[in-house]
Amino acid sequence: MTKPPIDDALVAQAAAPTKKTVQMPIGVPGYTLTEESREVPTTEPPVWPINKDLKYVGQSIERYDGQAKVTGRARYTSDVQLPGMLYAKFVNASVPHAKIVSIDTSAAERCPGVRGVHVIQHVLGNAVLRDPALDPVKYPVVRYAGQPVAAVAATTPAMAEEAAALVKVRYDASPFVVDLDKARAPDAPDVFPGAADEEGSAGGGGGPSNVKQTGNIHGPSIHRRGETDQGFKDADVIVEGHYVTQVQTHSALETHGVVADWKPELLTVWASTQGTASVREELAGFFKIPLTQVRVITEFMGGGFGAKFGAGNPGVVAAALSKKTGAPVRLMLDREEEHLSVGNRPSSDQTLRIGAKKDGTITAIHLVAYGTAGCGTGAGCSGPAANLYQSASLHTEENDVFINAGPASAMRAPGHPQGAFALEQTIDDLAVKLGMEPIDLRDKADTHPVRRVERQIVRESDIWKSRNQVAGADQGPIKRGVGLAQSVWYRFVSMNSSAEVRIHKDGSLEVLSGVQDIGSGIKTVMAQILAEQFGVPPSQIAVKIGDTNYAEGPNSGGSVTTLSLTPAVRDAAWQASQKFLADIAPALGTTSDDVVLVDGEVRSRSGKFEPVSFRRAAGKMTTSQIAVQAKRVSDYDPKKYLTYGGVDVAEVEVDTELGRIHVRRVLSVHDCGRPMNPTQVISQINGGIIQGISYTLLENRLLDPVYGLMVNPDLEQYKIVGSREIPDIDVRLVEAYIGQSSTDASGIGEAAGVVSIGAAIGNAVYNAIGVRVRRTPMTPDVVLAALRAPAQGKELA
Amino acid sequence: MPDPKGFHPQAPDEHPEPSTLSDSARSGITRRGFLKGAGLTAAGTALLDGVQAFSSETAAAATSGVTELGPGPTPVRLHVNGTEHTVEIEPRTTLAEALRIQLGMTGTKIVCDRGVCSGCTVWLDKMPVNSCMTLAIDAVGHHVTTIEGISSEDRMHPLQAAFVKHDAMQCGFCTPGMVMSCAALLERNPHPLEHDIRHAVSGNLCRCGTYPKIFAATMDVAGTTRNA
Repeated sequence: MTKPPIDDALVAQAAAPTKKTVQMPIGVPGYTLTEESREVPTTEPPVWPINKDLKYVGQSIERYDGQAKVTGRARYTSDVQLPGMLYAKFVNASVPHAKIVSIDTSAAERCPGVRGVHVIQHVLGNAVLRDPALDPVKYPVVRYAGQPVAAVAATTPAMAEEAAALVKVRYDASPFVVDLDKARAPDAPDVFPGAADEEGSAGGGGGPSNVKQTGNIHGPSIHRRGETDQGFKDADVIVEGHYVTQVQTHSALETHGVVADWKPELLTVWASTQGTASVREELAGFFKIPLTQVRVITEFMGGGFGAKFGAGNPGVVAAALSKKTGAPVRLMLDREEEHLSVGNRPSSDQTLRIGAKKDGTITAIHLVAYGTAGCGTGAGCSGPAANLYQSASLHTEENDVFINAGPASAMRAPGHPQGAFALEQTIDDLAVKLGMEPIDLRDKADTHPVRRVERQIVRESDIWKSRNQVAGADQGPIKRGVGLAQSVWYRFVSMNSSAEVRIHKDGSLEVLSGVQDIGSGIKTVMAQILAEQFGVPPSQIAVKIGDTNYAEGPNSGGSVTTLSLTPAVRDAAWQASQKFLADIAPALGTTSDDVVLVDGEVRSRSGKFEPVSFRRAAGKMTTSQIAVQAKRVSDYDPKKYLTYGGVDVAEVEVDTELGRIHVRRVLSVHDCGRPMNPTQVISQINGGIIQGISYTLLENRLLDPVYGLMVNPDLEQYKIVGSREIPDIDVRLVEAYIGQSSTDASGIGEAAGVVSIGAAIGNAVYNAIGVRVRRTPMTPDVVLAALRAPAQGKELA
Repeated sequence: MPDPKGFHPQAPDEHPEPSTLSDSARSGITRRGFLKGAGLTAAGTALLDGVQAFSSETAAAATSGVTELGPGPTPVRLHVNGTEHTVEIEPRTTLAEALRIQLGMTGTKIVCDRGVCSGCTVWLDKMPVNSCMTLAIDAVGHHVTTIEGISSEDRMHPLQAAFVKHDAMQCGFCTPGMVMSCAALLERNPHPLEHDIRHAVSGNLCRCGTYPKIFAATMDVAGTTRNA
């Protein structure tokens, strides 16, 4: 079939991009600040100077929604109440591995107040069999205790709970395994009857597909760089260690959940999510409706830490119940379900070998890792080994081991706290063997220019100077020690990042994006950017986010939000201000090239008119509103500055009689490009440190091997640090300009301490007692066992 | 084997087919079920003044001096943030549920729902309590103060202002409970040291890790410093 010729006058055509050259600040002020040139699109705004020369950006502006949060006005998903709303409750599997024979919902349906019952046909989150025919059953196979099976919607929460308890599920039980070591044995019960994969997800969950699977072992996934055989031959010393880390659950204070309101023309969903866009995509895909028929709203959300992407089982089940009942349905998980079914940080069992020359040059790194992501995948932990000391040859083998437990999901710096716990302690072992200071060894082995500056700050600190020169030198039963460790994370950019800026005729300004604020404070930063551009205080900017009706926003995972979205916000603000000046110039009796916007005033370059405030100038607009939407421009030089991180130092006291570790002080030196709002960045780093201490010393998901159930699915037996365990935390933010975008921001959520503090504590414990603890959580029994072990370095080998 | 969380795998010998288990998923004793099953016999407690005004006493109850409520909805009067409210609640309803669902005061958060995290902290008179572990009817006759009640329309409590100033929050979900615990401390002790603040919020769980700034904000209002 021939098509008619194209009429150039009528069709849209891609505009050829035009570029300009700009000079950008690069490096760390006070240490390495210099300039580099970049080719950037001509539509990009002028280059910002470093933070000290900006008025609002880079300053510790108060959190935009702080007042809403402290007064209880902030409305979270779990606070949403709609007229006629029903409350839904899951029915969860009570056994860890079984085929479902039958589900009898009749008693539940007869309960007073019950409006609908839904039996789950497709369970989400678990790895999926490559050959689905291996599961020839009517209902999804139960692969862990707590897997949702059905749900009930009723007029009150209590009625829903009572009715859910009346759903009768008959199981054909299968053998199960909940222990990593037992699951690796050749005669272990199979969690899946064949090979199964979990696709990688937006937030970093899931793992590689198409690797071999032997029994429950999904892997290895092998990565190589250079020749490690040669690297070990070239080495003067070789150190090896065996490290074990536990499963941690995210334990966000607001559980997963949604309020879903299904109408024929539009499904509206309030979701506690890190990705409004990801929830919309999954719901539209699941129900086979266009994206335009799904609207997702997240006004406030009570923590996610990587587990809250997509609609998940709560989202699709609530939507299905709303469709069935014709009423809005609220489905928020309870605390037990939150532990069991919506994600966790996988465990690890790592054997790590490192070779080095006498001068500290690392020649080879060899890592074999096993870990369990339950009935999902994503236990890989080679990131630090592969990326902290990049000049070494590398060989890593990562294996997921299936067990009958809930699937893992991304958790704050997936794989990295585990990997750094082994790597950074082994580097310290290497320093001991080489007779080098651990900080000198890292100066030799790690070439990252910003961590070099960070180590310099550590060297000059009191805490580092107080380190024992001889490990275990303290007299008495309580011994004090200091250790450091390094973190690494990556510059991930989400190009699905847009913002709209509107200037109104009354001089008010607003910025809109679908992005959600997961607690890091993106609203504040968006207001700061408009304030900087228009010269008005950030408190006067209206920030509207968390709604898929607005310009697309990135899903907040992998530290992408600030670095992805802020350039779009700045570009939209810049382009809107240009349009604005062109629009009002005639009314001011001049031309657009004569008017400029400086410090909140519109001024004439030629002095044709007296300066006029932005607000008054807006009154001269020819239309009621000027709006510009801008999307993320690619990084200016995407081959450069791909990683960033920090150095953390811990001071501990170890009670050698009771085995108790107390973290007294932490020094945390970190970089995140241009810090957009230092106080908010420090809040995130405090959080990373505190979560990391909790992981290292306390948290542990315990599964009972006899029944296959989690024995501590609550917040009293699942221990998380509280106010009494919080050390003094001294955060030093390092401004590190990299010339990548119009804001030059990076992220901080992952790199913030959570990666490195476990190894820093491990190294501090070694410095205190002269014995290495290679297992988390470092509970008193683990510490005492390490102290009693006959030879150093063999505690768990 | 008793399991505190409601999963009760039954011994195989109780079933004709050893490989087949059958149960209801949540068949264990829950707090709510326990309270409902036991009925609620309220005698000689502080709630009676408020409740008796509404409850219809049975002849037996009238003679024995015992009032039986529920299990159906019962009207009770709650005094919250200076205002009397009449709510229709089942006696098993917790104060947290009544505040959030019946009164729409959702600043009080339910996090663990079993008295571990203090996200639901409100004051009963001036005493901070976990409202998830307090029955609404036990609040009758007391002055309940919630996070919505310590500020006025345009004026934050000084501690709330200090929380904002010091960025003592991230996701904000623990924040109302933290504010209520720290504000109660300031009522008891206007000049607490950091040690006292750590003690006052030792039951409050924050997952984002905002503790250092919560200590700083509270000390700022108290006019105290770290060591003095």
